[in-house]
Amino acid sequence: MSIDNETSRVLDALEAEAIWVFRETAAAFERPVLLYSIGKDSTVLLHLARKAFHPGPIPFPVMHIDTGWKFRAMYELRDRTAKELGLDLRLATNQEARDQGVTPFSHGAQEFTRIMKTVALRAALDEGQFDIAVGGARRDEERSRAKERIFSLREAGHRWEPRNQRPEFWHTVNNSLTNGQTMRVFPLSNWSELDVWRYVARENLEVVPLYFTEERPVVRRQGTWIMVDDDRMELEAGEQIEMRRVRFRSLGDYPLSGAVEGEASDVYDIIRDIEVNRQSERAGRLIDGEGAQSMERKKAEGYF
Amino acid sequence: MKALIRVVVCGSVDDGKSTLLGRLLAETGSIPEDQLESARFTRRPGSTIPLGEVDYSLVTDGLEAEREQGITIDVAYRHLMLPSRRRAILADAPGHEQYTRNMAVAASTADVAILLIDSMRGTKRQTHRHLTVCGLMGVKHVVLAVNKLDGVGYDQGIYNELVAEVSDTARRMEIESVIPVPVSALVGDNVLAHSPNTPWYHGPTLLDALDAAEIPEHIDGEVRLPVQTIIRGKEFRGYGGIVAQGAVRAGQTITVAQSGQQAKIVKLHGLKGIEPFEPEQVITGESATIELDKDIDIARSDLLVTGEPPQLADRFAADIVWMSDQQLAHGRSYTLRCGPLEVPATVTNVRHRLDVTNGNTMAARLLEINDVGRVEIATSRPVTLEAYSESRETGGFILVDRMSGETLAAGLTRFALRRATNVVPHHFEVDREARQVLNGHPAKVLWLTGFSGSGKSTIADAVERKLHSLGIRSFVLDGDNLRSGLNKDLGFTPEDRAENVRRVAEVAHLMYDAGMVVIVALVSPFRADRQAARSLFPEGEFLEAWVDTPIEVAMERDTKGLYAKSKSGNLPNLTGVGQQYEDPESAELHLSGTDPVEQNVDTVLRMLLPDAVD
Repeated sequence: MSIDNETSRVLDALEAEAIWVFRETAAAFERPVLLYSIGKDSTVLLHLARKAFHPGPIPFPVMHIDTGWKFRAMYELRDRTAKELGLDLRLATNQEARDQGVTPFSHGAQEFTRIMKTVALRAALDEGQFDIAVGGARRDEERSRAKERIFSLREAGHRWEPRNQRPEFWHTVNNSLTNGQTMRVFPLSNWSELDVWRYVARENLEVVPLYFTEERPVVRRQGTWIMVDDDRMELEAGEQIEMRRVRFRSLGDYPLSGAVEGEASDVYDIIRDIEVNRQSERAGRLIDGEGAQSMERKKAEGYF
Repeated sequence: MKALIRVVVCGSVDDGKSTLLGRLLAETGSIPEDQLESARFTRRPGSTIPLGEVDYSLVTDGLEAEREQGITIDVAYRHLMLPSRRRAILADAPGHEQYTRNMAVAASTADVAILLIDSMRGTKRQTHRHLTVCGLMGVKHVVLAVNKLDGVGYDQGIYNELVAEVSDTARRMEIESVIPVPVSALVGDNVLAHSPNTPWYHGPTLLDALDAAEIPEHIDGEVRLPVQTIIRGKEFRGYGGIVAQGAVRAGQTITVAQSGQQAKIVKLHGLKGIEPFEPEQVITGESATIELDKDIDIARSDLLVTGEPPQLADRFAADIVWMSDQQLAHGRSYTLRCGPLEVPATVTNVRHRLDVTNGNTMAARLLEINDVGRVEIATSRPVTLEAYSESRETGGFILVDRMSGETLAAGLTRFALRRATNVVPHHFEVDREARQVLNGHPAKVLWLTGFSGSGKSTIADAVERKLHSLGIRSFVLDGDNLRSGLNKDLGFTPEDRAENVRRVAEVAHLMYDAGMVVIVALVSPFRADRQAARSLFPEGEFLEAWVDTPIEVAMERDTKGLYAKSKSGNLPNLTGVGQQYEDPESAELHLSGTDPVEQNVDTVLRMLLPDAVD
């Protein structure tokens, strides 16, 4: 299997747009930062940033909002990638909350995400005085994202005001920021999940091996498989660790990421699976389970 | 042919737009199954669609905030997978009149428009407005969805009439092709499959009509490459940007339109996968990285071209779509942006307003939100704006408010009014620097702002006397004195005040260039106008001093008898009475107009010329 010609040309067009976005980010703003979460979207994002500035280096730092609960395989890929590409990698953690013992088990998916991701992200952006942060969000991920801009304005305190968003014409960006405003920018806005995987295949990019099926220690929880990645995993009554052949559609904190069964040994298997079953990756995330509009609310608070 | 086409969807909810889009997206597999879940299992009150089936009208349901308030805020973007495996990005704009600006956004990058009409209601003002906006924004192809045909008994006569009406308007707006399709979004007729209900129709389905849109990739013509960014590596300097026109190749000689300097492209840089490679060519719409054979002066927003460079100009006629709640005031300075280009610009004249429902023009002095009008624009330096009809990328611009950062308008350059070739600024050998050396002191501008009677002129006079005694060349530009000559044609409306400030600032700039210390005493009540004046000068050279005197004190003084006049109703626009004074937010100095004059003079001089007074 390979990527057909028409599809490859669609990828070329999406790539050109993303490169333009990266260059505008670097040229029209003071202190950009690239948010890197180690998943497939971040992998593509990082690759596009390289393309945008090749043969020069990526002219801004790369930041990982580290909750401390990512899969070990993700940390491994992150550190190796940073070293190989010579990235200016910054790590940001809500250390205070960590010291107080906030875990996915003590606070639940939604609250844990708010404290360890949204709060940590806001603090790290403020501390670094970044006026623009690049993220990997796509419009097809969720209905409320369909109206998101590529260059998305945030009011002071990182608030997203749907009614105060700027119109986007041609390749002309209004980069004015006043009164504590900042910008979030999404080069993958117009990509679909399939586009991301096809691009990973075409460009031969390395992704975390957790996307591919292997026998892994898991427990059944809330209708999905949760992987026991280290000994901090707290088992609930009646839960049994068992070995299953599973893979992940979407990666985050290991106790909050649901795995699916079914074989996928390479990227093309993943592409075929999405083409046939047409289930989106968010189906496996525990955090989104609280109602269709939860993403919109999280965004208003400053989540990506 | 482009593999990714951009489509604007015009029509309102009443025309059956959400049902049509929902059906297109769901049945082409453009939306993941799990996202269709709520369209299967939630129902609007009174809905007769069985649970478990997709209610297409719910597929593209908007934001929570919108539903709660029963409004549509804005353009939504969605992908549509076409049968040819090409891709369409649908920009779904709200249809009603108050959203003309949103439609302009959606149409600005569109190759094709899907235009919905409700065959039960016929073409409306709205249809003409949609066609006019599409035509203005340069959309050349329309797929006309004549919807709800099931409601008129699939009557071919009604269909033909509607198609003829739309085709007439489309021709007037220079839209090249209109492909009509009779559909019922609700029943599904001719959306994805041909319908037995319209045996008289032999054209393409809606989806096929969209997929048949042949949007050429423009690789012909001379190269236009606006420099977006400088790319730096170890011992490497290259230039990056989106190709606005033509095809860039190694070996080409390019000219910098702004300076006339030339160089040769020695190499195009790229990555194939993770390996470096040299693309053979980079065409319109793609991002290029070029390396030149020699080091010439190139900065962001310079336009690199092959062949004859476009002429620079600093006055243009343009059509603009006004998008802000604040009115367009001519005379006020805005920031104009076109791709990487950023330049201060002033709307010097409003020629007419366009009635978008019938294409007629009307006399107008002002533009308000959702108005479209023809204006004249002056940029503060010559730029390379080209006609929008020739190139959207180098002819389309936005106007940005300098204070709030709001995008106020989208503009479409029509033609240059004043070519700049014969007014290229001559570079004189004796410049400000040289004059400053001769004078023995730097040039500066002190801008005193405040109510009439606040004490500006008194402070200006005292400062100048002090400077004179120190041997410093100076001049006072006093608002009232200038109104008896240079500005005697101007009144006190906000527009005239903007022009007044602009002229005074330009005169101050000339005197500053002459090496003098310029003292301006001018009410200048509006922040944006003061900001525009400030923007003419290098940072640190322009000091804004707010002479802050309580309005009661100024009224009591009433040195010029203005407040008395105002009380008798003869002066409606007096600042502080009939017109607002916008307090400075970024003034370097905040003086109290009730403090002793000597004290204020001392404060001013310490900041203005610290070396001279110590």
